[in-house]
Amino acid sequence: MSTETPTRTPPSTVVVASRGQRFTGAAVNYVDERTSISGLVRELGRKIFPDHWSFMLGEVALYSFVVILLTGTFLTFFYQPSMADVVYNGSYVPLKGLHMSAAMASSLDISFDIRGGLLMRQVHHWAALLFVASIGLHMLRVFFTGAFRKPREINWFIGFVLFILAMAEGFTGYSLPDDLLSGNGLRIIDGMVKGIPLVGSWISWLLFGGEFPGTHIVARLFTLHILLLPAILIAALGAHLLLMIINKHTQFAGPGRTNDNVVGVPIMPTFAAKAGGFFFIVFGALVLMGAFFTINPIWTYGPYDPSPVSAGTQPDWYIGFADGALRMMPPGLEFDVFGHPLSLNIMIPLLVLPIFLGLVAFYPFIEAWITGDKREHHIAERPRNAPTRTAIGAAGVTFYAVLWATASSDLIATHFHVSIEDVIHSMQLLVFVGPVVAYLLTKRITLGLQKKDREIALHGFESGRIVRLPGGEYIEVHEQLDEYERWRLVSYLDYEPLMVRPDERGRITVAQRARAGLSSWFFEDRISPPTTTEVEREHASQH
Amino acid sequence: MSKFSSKIRRVNSPGSQRKTGRRSPLATVALIVIGLMSTGGAYAMFSSTAAAETPAVTQTTIAAGEKLFAANCATCHGLSVQGSATGPSLIGVGAASVDFQVGTGRMPLAAGGPQAEKKPVQFTDSQTKELAAYIASLAPGPALPSSAYLKGDGDATKGAELFRINCAMCHNVAGAGGALTAGKYAPALSGVTGAHIYEAMVSGPQSMPVFNDLNITPQEKADIVTYLKYLDKNPSPGGVDLGNLGPVSEGLFIWIFGLGALVAVTVWIAAKAN
Repeated sequence: MSTETPTRTPPSTVVVASRGQRFTGAAVNYVDERTSISGLVRELGRKIFPDHWSFMLGEVALYSFVVILLTGTFLTFFYQPSMADVVYNGSYVPLKGLHMSAAMASSLDISFDIRGGLLMRQVHHWAALLFVASIGLHMLRVFFTGAFRKPREINWFIGFVLFILAMAEGFTGYSLPDDLLSGNGLRIIDGMVKGIPLVGSWISWLLFGGEFPGTHIVARLFTLHILLLPAILIAALGAHLLLMIINKHTQFAGPGRTNDNVVGVPIMPTFAAKAGGFFFIVFGALVLMGAFFTINPIWTYGPYDPSPVSAGTQPDWYIGFADGALRMMPPGLEFDVFGHPLSLNIMIPLLVLPIFLGLVAFYPFIEAWITGDKREHHIAERPRNAPTRTAIGAAGVTFYAVLWATASSDLIATHFHVSIEDVIHSMQLLVFVGPVVAYLLTKRITLGLQKKDREIALHGFESGRIVRLPGGEYIEVHEQLDEYERWRLVSYLDYEPLMVRPDERGRITVAQRARAGLSSWFFEDRISPPTTTEVEREHASQH
Repeated sequence: MSKFSSKIRRVNSPGSQRKTGRRSPLATVALIVIGLMSTGGAYAMFSSTAAAETPAVTQTTIAAGEKLFAANCATCHGLSVQGSATGPSLIGVGAASVDFQVGTGRMPLAAGGPQAEKKPVQFTDSQTKELAAYIASLAPGPALPSSAYLKGDGDATKGAELFRINCAMCHNVAGAGGALTAGKYAPALSGVTGAHIYEAMVSGPQSMPVFNDLNITPQEKADIVTYLKYLDKNPSPGGVDLGNLGPVSEGLFIWIFGLGALVAVTVWIAAKAN
């Protein structure tokens, strides 16, 4: 092959590069000599992306964040973060002549009197919702495939911080227009802060610069929204991406895909093209949503006024779980302790939610401690092959979903024609029962799927074809998997519960016992992958 | 009166008077009679045309209303409107209440439940007015609103503000409705006629409080009607309004359609070319 190549190529093209090529070469050389960037490009350009759709969810988050930055910059040109009283005199008739804050008036001007402003506002808000939603889905993917295991625990934690920052960004942004809905949201936050014993009122006064709502909060939230939070978010995002490059991608097990390699396409050039295209698809989808679907119609909500509270007042979806936790609290939990009010109806959500979020944040470390597994893992597990983790995840998702659904208890009541009390009571029951049921069901289902995989790996599929052998015996022909397909089913790690072992001083510590107990909870019920011997034996004795 | 009659007597008494060029004294009488009759007739005609403008409450309408009531409503509200275990007394609820309840199909009630549901209207407009006239004839109560307040030509800004302060906590700030306790709910207000909105405010149907004319003046009620008509006539400037349900429908939309579509795209991008 190589001997033929010179004869094929005409000599003329080899000699002179075109003017454009020469310019590019010179320019690249100029830059490289001054920055030594070629090393970085070489490293980055060779980063491999395995091609599985679920690995692109984080990209959706990244791209929607870029859209948020672009549209947000546009909005800052026209938005006034001030609670000064002005009379609205813009185009929207049912608000004309009304007193409102400059923040609200400028948000209305963005919506009605600045060319393209409404589109930008709506794209910004839709992108924010998509940002948090895609982060959530990305986290679920990472969780259920075990992609957070060593060496990626720290990156999981950074990702979790990004999730919290995204929610904080969302909430501060939601409050900026100073409309009725966002004001009600702020009032709930104010109430939660004031519910903290002893320091609550002080923190609230510090936050709002006096009694709620005051005249400072919008400007303060604006600074957080466009300066502090984005700065931290971008730094954390940079660290997240850098660690992703350092740790490399995980991949699903397959022939030729081992714990020591990554099979996929390199960034340059294919993946970069695909990803660039995907960015425009995400951007396009968001612009379509912003163009055709109303989001946050502040003109309907009207300016903030502490007296009216609208029915159906909800936070944006990502704060819903916290709102749901508040709505779920039964009455009669407020006490008076030595003249100080103790509002357990607020304290319980304020304690339970951070515990839940803490478990999410530290799950990789918890699981690593329980399994005692110090190995590096670069193969993404199929959820069925880690039954306990998948079941824990399902329980967590159910817990979150029940809280989330409770935030829309009133809409569930009106739209399904049931009483709101029944909805709340069902949710109060479900928040305890739901996760347990989800855990047990998921664990059974994953074990069932594993059994099925094992069965298929060993015996193949039933073909439904009955053959009569010369001796008169009837058998059903089983269709066997080929090597490639079988590989997917049999290559997963088999864990066993840890044994309780005495330490060097001959003692068995409480931590040891706890760990052994948790470990047996994790790995007691398990289906071992079929070994090569088993597969071969089965195939030898096969019909 | 006595003076007048004595005058008549006086002019009548000299019956044997000789005919002169002067007109007969009877002519005066005839003139008075004609005058009275024509003014009376004209007045009667005038008042009957006025009755076409605002519903005429005559004994006939009331009687018709009473018959309709006895046939359709008395089972629950009692033959003499005194109420029963299954329905409240309607003494003093006023014509506005009847026109709202019957005119929106809430009454007659199809079945017991947390609250009367809006359903196809069971009576013609004139029957509804007859029922209203009958109930209004029993005791004073909120009357049917004057059409001047229902045109939707009031101050939408003021109406919107009043709506946010007085109505939005149950009906939602965009009039999309909301949940109340024990399966009751505040209905959505889109497509409700101005008359029914006004009547609901003055009569306070079911769980709704009464907003009397001192609380919210008729003109302010007209402003609220104007605002709701504005919302009906003007679609959301931002595009499809997703039911005006706020962040819940927005959240569902982004998860199902937004993220759903993009996940489909990721599957497409990551699919192996065959």
